Amino acid sequence: MRTASDYIEMKVPAKPDYVGVVRLTISGLANRMGFAFDEIEDIKIAVSEAVTNVVNHAYSDTEEKGQVRIGCNIFDDRMEITVVDQGKSFDVESISKNLGPVDGKSVDQLHEGGLGLFLIDTLMDKVEISSEAGVVVMMTKYLHRDEVEEHVDRISPAPSQ
Amino acid sequence: MNLQINQEQINETYELNLTGEVDAYTAPKLKEVMLPLTEKEGNIVIVNLSGIEYMDSTGLGIFVGALKSSKANNSSLKLRGMTERVKRIFEITGLTEVMDIESGVKGEAL
Repeated sequence: MRTASDYIEMKVPAKPDYVGVVRLTISGLANRMGFAFDEIEDIKIAVSEAVTNVVNHAYSDTEEKGQVRIGCNIFDDRMEITVVDQGKSFDVESISKNLGPVDGKSVDQLHEGGLGLFLIDTLMDKVEISSEAGVVVMMTKYLHRDEVEEHVDRISPAPSQ
Repeated sequence: MNLQINQEQINETYELNLTGEVDAYTAPKLKEVMLPLTEKEGNIVIVNLSGIEYMDSTGLGIFVGALKSSKANNSSLKLRGMTERVKRIFEITGLTEVMDIESGVKGEAL
């Protein structure tokens, strides 16, 4: 298997206005790679959740809005998306403990937020989160080539150098 | 990348027809329209989602907020016309168990 990949990077202001732009761009790339319709929808949601988290949490209201960086590595067999902010990091462990569907909770116990990371985790094949200086969410979706007709105009991997 | 909200009212029944996308950018608009309707006792709020092409957890959060408000204020909230995609994220997150969701064929529930 070739390890060479194409890399695409975007940097947008951490504002709600740009979440959809990022989503559409990633959707276009996933489409090019030959992902199935449902998989593309999963990727769109996961990326939007990660970017929305940055928009909502990473920068406090008082300080000027920062930037969010979205990197996308395109491999033969998978897409790796990294969402990075330089805002304050959060306690990943305590948040991970609270991840999960709303099973068995009463309406009073539900809260409006908190489903984003759970959705990322459910919709993508592999998710890694680190929070040393700011938060980095790295998520991977594998291309199940056997089940998908290969696109004739698929992006060819970058020549190795 | 936008959300259109079309509101119809017959007595205390309000029907919201949504078209487009519900994400971090458009969700505040939905909240602004839907939440006040759930705050009046006796109101019946029906949200038709058949025109929704995309929704993520920000949208789910708005519906959770509206559900809580309807319980607190003795109004009711009903969702209908979900596409398979939208239904899926309600199912994954377990919200199908707590929300009043009218099953039916996409877009033909009227």
